[in-house]
Amino acid sequence: MTDSDAATEHKLNSLTPLEDATRLEGQALGELRSAGSESELEDWRIRYLGRRGELTLKLRSVADLPVAQRRDAGAELNRLKSVLTDAHAAARDAIRNAGAVSDGTRDVLDVTLPGRRDNLGGLHPSEMMMREILQAFNEMGFRTVEGPLVELEHYNFDMLNIPADHPARDLQDTLWIDRKAQRRSLLRTQTSPMQVRTMEKQRPPVRVVSPGLCFRQEATDATHEWQFHQIEGLAVDVGVTMSDLKGTLYEFSRKVFGGDRKIRFRCDYFPFVEPGVDVSVDWNGRWVEIMGAGMVHPKVLEGVGYDSSKYTGFAFGMGPERIAMLKYDIEDIRHFFSNDLRFLTQF
Amino acid sequence: MKLPISWLKEYVDVEVDAEELAHRLTMAGNEVDSLARHGHIDDVVVGEVLSVAPHPNADTLSVVQVNDGSEVHEVVCGAPNVAAGQRIAFARLGAVLNDPYSDEADAKRKLRRAKIRGVESRGMVCSERELGLGEDHDGILVLDANAVVGTAIGEVKGDTVLDLELTPNRPDCLGVVGLARDVSALTGKVLRAPSLEYAESDVPVSERARVTIQDPDLCPRYLGAVIEGVTVGESPQWLKDRITAIGERPINNVVDATNFVMFELGQPLHAFDYDRVAEHHVIVRRATGGETLETLDGAQRKLDTESLLIADSESGIGLAGVIGGKHSEITAYTGNVFLESANFNPENNRRTAGALGIRTEATLRFEKGLRADLAAVAIRRCVRIILEVAGGSACRGLIDEYPGRGDERTHVDLSPGHIARVMGIEYESAQVESVLSSLGFDFESTADGWRVAIPYWRSDIAIPEDLIEEIARIGGYDNLATTNLSGAIPSSADPQAGAFRRRVVDVLVAQGLHQMFSYVAVSPDQQDAVAGELPLPAPLTVENPVSSDHSALRSTLRTAVIEAAARNTRTWRGPVAMFESGVVFKRSEDGPLPDEVTMLVAVMTGPRMPLGWHGHGADSDFYDIKGVAENLLASLGIDVEWRAMDAPGFLAGLCAEITSGSNNPRVLGHCGQIAAEHWSQFDPSSARGFMLELNVDALEALVGDSAKGDSYAPYIRYPESHRDLALVMSLQTPVGEVLNVCRQNKLVTAATVFDVYEGEGVPVGMKSVAIRVVYQSDRGTLSSKQVDRAESQIVARLERELGATLRT
Repeated sequence: MTDSDAATEHKLNSLTPLEDATRLEGQALGELRSAGSESELEDWRIRYLGRRGELTLKLRSVADLPVAQRRDAGAELNRLKSVLTDAHAAARDAIRNAGAVSDGTRDVLDVTLPGRRDNLGGLHPSEMMMREILQAFNEMGFRTVEGPLVELEHYNFDMLNIPADHPARDLQDTLWIDRKAQRRSLLRTQTSPMQVRTMEKQRPPVRVVSPGLCFRQEATDATHEWQFHQIEGLAVDVGVTMSDLKGTLYEFSRKVFGGDRKIRFRCDYFPFVEPGVDVSVDWNGRWVEIMGAGMVHPKVLEGVGYDSSKYTGFAFGMGPERIAMLKYDIEDIRHFFSNDLRFLTQF
Repeated sequence: MKLPISWLKEYVDVEVDAEELAHRLTMAGNEVDSLARHGHIDDVVVGEVLSVAPHPNADTLSVVQVNDGSEVHEVVCGAPNVAAGQRIAFARLGAVLNDPYSDEADAKRKLRRAKIRGVESRGMVCSERELGLGEDHDGILVLDANAVVGTAIGEVKGDTVLDLELTPNRPDCLGVVGLARDVSALTGKVLRAPSLEYAESDVPVSERARVTIQDPDLCPRYLGAVIEGVTVGESPQWLKDRITAIGERPINNVVDATNFVMFELGQPLHAFDYDRVAEHHVIVRRATGGETLETLDGAQRKLDTESLLIADSESGIGLAGVIGGKHSEITAYTGNVFLESANFNPENNRRTAGALGIRTEATLRFEKGLRADLAAVAIRRCVRIILEVAGGSACRGLIDEYPGRGDERTHVDLSPGHIARVMGIEYESAQVESVLSSLGFDFESTADGWRVAIPYWRSDIAIPEDLIEEIARIGGYDNLATTNLSGAIPSSADPQAGAFRRRVVDVLVAQGLHQMFSYVAVSPDQQDAVAGELPLPAPLTVENPVSSDHSALRSTLRTAVIEAAARNTRTWRGPVAMFESGVVFKRSEDGPLPDEVTMLVAVMTGPRMPLGWHGHGADSDFYDIKGVAENLLASLGIDVEWRAMDAPGFLAGLCAEITSGSNNPRVLGHCGQIAAEHWSQFDPSSARGFMLELNVDALEALVGDSAKGDSYAPYIRYPESHRDLALVMSLQTPVGEVLNVCRQNKLVTAATVFDVYEGEGVPVGMKSVAIRVVYQSDRGTLSSKQVDRAESQIVARLERELGATLRT
């Protein structure tokens, strides 16, 4: 049936509009059931719902009806339009679904066959650990600062209350770059010089963390590397106390180690803090040292021109590799700089 | 420092077990590294030698009857010193003893019944070494005559030794009494200070010897004593036991006495043979240039003019606070002793010992700084011990040259407010005073706290914070409150350092590359081999590298990343795609420190994808690494030019220079195939490697303040049309220029290459390139006429300017 045939039939129609709608519904739904392909469906759609489709034309001719019939006929035809539209959509989905079955796609799909994947890259575990630690402190208002790897003896030692010929230097065997220069330079043994560099540049309050590589003239073994990362922290203000240090490190521990993991403070010595603290974390019932900390030594504060009778501060330093070794159960610190994909791809 | 608990108990009662003691010391700052039990051996008891008879078949052996408290055993013994009536350590059959003949320190053997030269031996009389109590194996260990026969040996000779890792601020803990003071404070037990009393003769010491300090800056105090008529010989057993337990070797009674006092009080002392000191005049002076001294260890030491010498009127007799001189050492012939107890400048002492490469127990203490009054206490103690173990008589009084008198700080003021300001919690006054007393600090109350006298054994107390630490550590750090920082978060305009580098790193990781970290100091040869032709200045070097492989500061990341990638191809079967972003070092013209420039080097080699079922096999090539670079630069919003340009380190003709800025282009880096001679340094196989190098600092400078961000542009709402162009052009024609021509048309919003082909159907020397061109306007929907016109403009330009024609 073509569009023009339908129009002709409409003109010849002697049924009432409502009867006519019922007839049309039966006829259209009947034909829809016998449509077996998407192209037959499309023909059907044009026949009834197209611009010159049978139902479309009927809807248009409602205006020609006597006023008394218009309302009911309009409502009925609109209902029919929505019935046919829905039926068409349902028939189309059914044919598409059936198509997947009939062309056999579902039968041969092996869901265990690996999908197409892009190559996965990865952050180095030291970087992952550092980001995690830095974020924990950033959230507590500590700003990240960085400093040079080749450092002046002045910042690495002298300003940190570790004068030349002091036995505290034995704690950090130094790799020297220029020992003969007026201003002697070295590969920094710790990130602590950033305490001094930061305080020289700004007045209190200070709240910074400083990550980066450090170096020691040391034989390497499973627990010692001559190169390693460190993260330094420093807070200086009026009223900063050792209890604040404990609270801050507890919060850090919660963020990085999770839950109610216990940490322990014990007395220790670092020349640039007093009192000094060694911080251990409860690792499956064993206390494992993870950082050194303490209250900034008044000499360090005075050295940068801070009034130590007004300001107090705390400082801490930790090794991300050591913490990563705990977290990921890594047995040998030398893996970190081996750059072996068999190691790196595990993180 | 080894701490035998038996020795500790001389000064303080220890009622907690060794583990608890170790824990408390550790928490209070004296970290116990390990804990070793000695002398507790099953089946070894105190035995009594009933009789000794010669062995019938061997001259050097004897047959001994031993009562072990329950029965009598007959054993064969080779020790020359066995005698009837002795109490000895008797090992029953089955006891596990140290094997004195093994080269391994801890080798054990089980004692079995044995026939020795025809006589059956049912047990053994033990030497020190067999019991693990010392090194002596020349004879049997003879126990105290009062030892009860049958008692387990552990109860008589057993001991627990703590090995402590002490911090450099506590030289007092390098003496057993110093540790006993901490134990006393930590356990609430009273300290029993060792006795300093002894009888003096009528001869004033000043009649026997003289001391002159010529360099008081290096020797603030020097005390001397003279003990006449000593008998030098072996030390009594108790003294040998002490010296052995702490890990030293007994030498003779006088030397052992000085060592004993050093390990007891922490003050090194030195005994000279009085008669070998010329004119009995001790002079403390700097060495003269070229002066030498034969030291106790037999070495001839060449001294510099900063070395402090103990001399007599003729020559040096000892290196102050480091090691004694050979000439005046105590020998079996020594009859009179000059005893030195002095205070030396710690920095100078450390410097001299370091310059000569000598580390002795003496320098270990002097370098940490000792108080001058300690020398005065220690000398009295040492005279007492020498008189006890070597006899003789002490001259009356002491020589005491003290040019540094008054130079030391004597007290520190402490207030409750100061404690609270540092710790964040209040301590009761009574608690503060109790801790101070328990540590032996004298103090008096002041208007706002206490004036605390610094005791003669503590050289680490100088400021109130030092006392605050004492109060906190004895009270326990566990008692601290847990509070949050209360002040305002400091404001700063600076971005988080490293944020840009992390952004770069993230884009590379997102593209399947693995981040690596290499050593900043590298082998100079390896670096030269890869970077030798780069226009880099000579690298900075490490003066004392851990090894020659790490002796030059890296001036490029290339060496490390190429090395790592090449190495991984041997063990990794998938794609090898690695990168590092870190600093390289350049000598600086205007400062003492080198410039540190942040670079990025990425290397890709091997298959593009892991082995798989959907298309694989192809190796990475130039366009893989270029894609990485393009994504990175696009994500940063940096427009660059790619220009074919040969560069050192890259294969000729397979390298691009990446520049930014059209007027005054700045080179950002290079991208290309790694030169074969560089790649083969690390991977002799035929694999190819592709490398990208970018200057991250330069990228950051271009991006500028990332907080500003690129402004958003509204997208065009009118529909786009696309047309494909199939072009034929010379192989030499850069496709980039074709794309530029397309993109320069004002109706074109995108132009993308989707096929490049050369071969059949395309003339030799030519290539076919398919480009999809997208036309769109923000004024309205384009008609096909408008698109036709634009397309023909493009085609005309391509033909005119680049010789590219439509494929027919």
